[in-house]
Amino acid sequence: MNRLRVGGVWSFILRRLLLGIVVLILVSVVVFLATQALPGDPARAILGRSATPASLAALRRQLHLDQPAIEQYWTWVTGLLRGNLGNSLAAQEPVTTLLGPRLVNSAVLVAIAAVVSIPLSIAIGSWAAFKREKAFDLVSSNLLLVLAALPEFVVALVLVIFLATTVFHVLPAISTVPPGSQPWNNWTALVLPTLTLVIAVAPYVARIMRASMIEVLESDYVEMARLKGLPERTVLLRHALPNALGPVFQVIALNLAYLAGGIIVVEYVFNYTGVGSAIREATFNHDLPVIQALAMLIAAVYVALNLLADVATILVTPRLRTRL
Amino acid sequence: MSELSTALIADAEVGAAPPVRGTSLLRRSLRLWRTRIGVALVGILVLLAIIGPYVAPYGPSTPVGAPNSNPSGKAVLGTDYLGQDVLSRLLYGGRSILIIAVIATALGLVVGTAIGLLAAYSRNALDDVLMRGMDVILAFPQIMLSLVAVAIVGPHTWVIVVAIALTTAPRIARVARGAAQPVVERDFIAASEAMGVPRWRIISGELLPNTLGPLMVEASLRLTYSIAVIAALAFLGLSPDPNGANWGTMINENQLVLPVQPWGTVAPIIAIALLTIGTGLVGDGIARTAAGIDRPRGEE
Repeated sequence: MNRLRVGGVWSFILRRLLLGIVVLILVSVVVFLATQALPGDPARAILGRSATPASLAALRRQLHLDQPAIEQYWTWVTGLLRGNLGNSLAAQEPVTTLLGPRLVNSAVLVAIAAVVSIPLSIAIGSWAAFKREKAFDLVSSNLLLVLAALPEFVVALVLVIFLATTVFHVLPAISTVPPGSQPWNNWTALVLPTLTLVIAVAPYVARIMRASMIEVLESDYVEMARLKGLPERTVLLRHALPNALGPVFQVIALNLAYLAGGIIVVEYVFNYTGVGSAIREATFNHDLPVIQALAMLIAAVYVALNLLADVATILVTPRLRTRL
Repeated sequence: MSELSTALIADAEVGAAPPVRGTSLLRRSLRLWRTRIGVALVGILVLLAIIGPYVAPYGPSTPVGAPNSNPSGKAVLGTDYLGQDVLSRLLYGGRSILIIAVIATALGLVVGTAIGLLAAYSRNALDDVLMRGMDVILAFPQIMLSLVAVAIVGPHTWVIVVAIALTTAPRIARVARGAAQPVVERDFIAASEAMGVPRWRIISGELLPNTLGPLMVEASLRLTYSIAVIAALAFLGLSPDPNGANWGTMINENQLVLPVQPWGTVAPIIAIALLTIGTGLVGDGIARTAAGIDRPRGEE
């Protein structure tokens, strides 16, 4: 691990960063073209048949539809970079004003879910690998397999049935965040949506953790550490765990990016005031500026998470650094 | 994501497995209990979806009593929020989900495999162009892309099929490319090329059979996701027939009356859960068999 290798890491990060930007530019073209592909006149599709010619012309101007496509794209992308996302057609206010508070609400939800599920699933996966083929492993593996197969809205509604409506009434089934209020002001309302997201993510991370840990526990250096007479605790925490984490970062990033889709359904179930429910509402209202903004946001989150995961994997996996 | 991650995950999850033929893989995976349970669950639900409409006591939209009435002799699972028979709607409601899921996944499988194998075989700029194109689609969660497609074009069956196929293809393409890359370097490919075998013959006759194992694993996983996304779209209120009997639609409609009449929600939830658990178990069985985990210890 000399200086040259470190340079290799930096050039790798730079390459991945450039690749991410290329993907985002392509995404912006696709998002733009998709909204251009609206059948017929977008202004009429949005306003309906009863629209007056004056309002149609006004909307065309607002959407810059009177300009050539290239210019429209340029106006939109440069606006995007300056933080000007246009106006929501349904709410008649800037997209940033509309989405700002919802973004905070969703970020809180996803952050709590990540903070709970990642250590939990790493612990479950490691312990299952350590107790391979014993009772804990068999029970947890089969349970995780079943949970991984369930769609989020099924998980969410089963939780609602058991904890909020039919069986017990210990938690609220509706988690609306009123305007001006913060999600943590009413923490009981956060429990069920967060728990749903945890159950949606944890099985995948735990399973890959178990597989990775099993491989590491069978390696020569773990054998060596044990033969040196190190306590089992040290072998597991200092020698096995860090080496088993490599493949897990990738799965965590994939799953956090997946949560961006999961919140659409989960926020709808619990009527949570976040970007997920905003996506559903915007698609029903044909609110193009909101859809465009959210599509770019989610793609950017995906690219950023993958970049972070690649960097983290490289940092914990010395053998990969030599492949660069 | 990078090739790096795919390689790492494959290393950890599967290990170095020899290529297996598709049919023998399926047969071998049936030695595992989880595969058998999965096949049984899927079989029961497919049967329910196929013969359901013929044995249903009422039509899917026939009013049979007061809304939200409890189970009785007349309506075994009670009635829904419009007074329709829950059992009848349950028996009618699986068909469209299953048909759309199977067609869309098959379409995504064919397109994704073709793209992945072509990318792996070309080993040049075409590889980069194809896989960056796949990356663009992967930057969106499956449910979001489907939601936007349906919102822009309209909730037609073909839109849902195309959206699911389009979002399934890049995930399949990645696996196909990853599995084909080591095969492309082998001598028999070079030999075929030297003999002047046409490119498409090499891809379909030499590459494809050697990548079937990982592709089957991925295909079964994708089918589970397709079912989940199609049901979720209906649950979000976007199905081709907004009032039709569909498990996702049923849950959406009856969710609010859960405290009064749970069966309208619980019955379709159980159906969807058993179906996805079934496909999930079959997928896991195939994955284990492909990875050689099913063999008794010591034989490996």
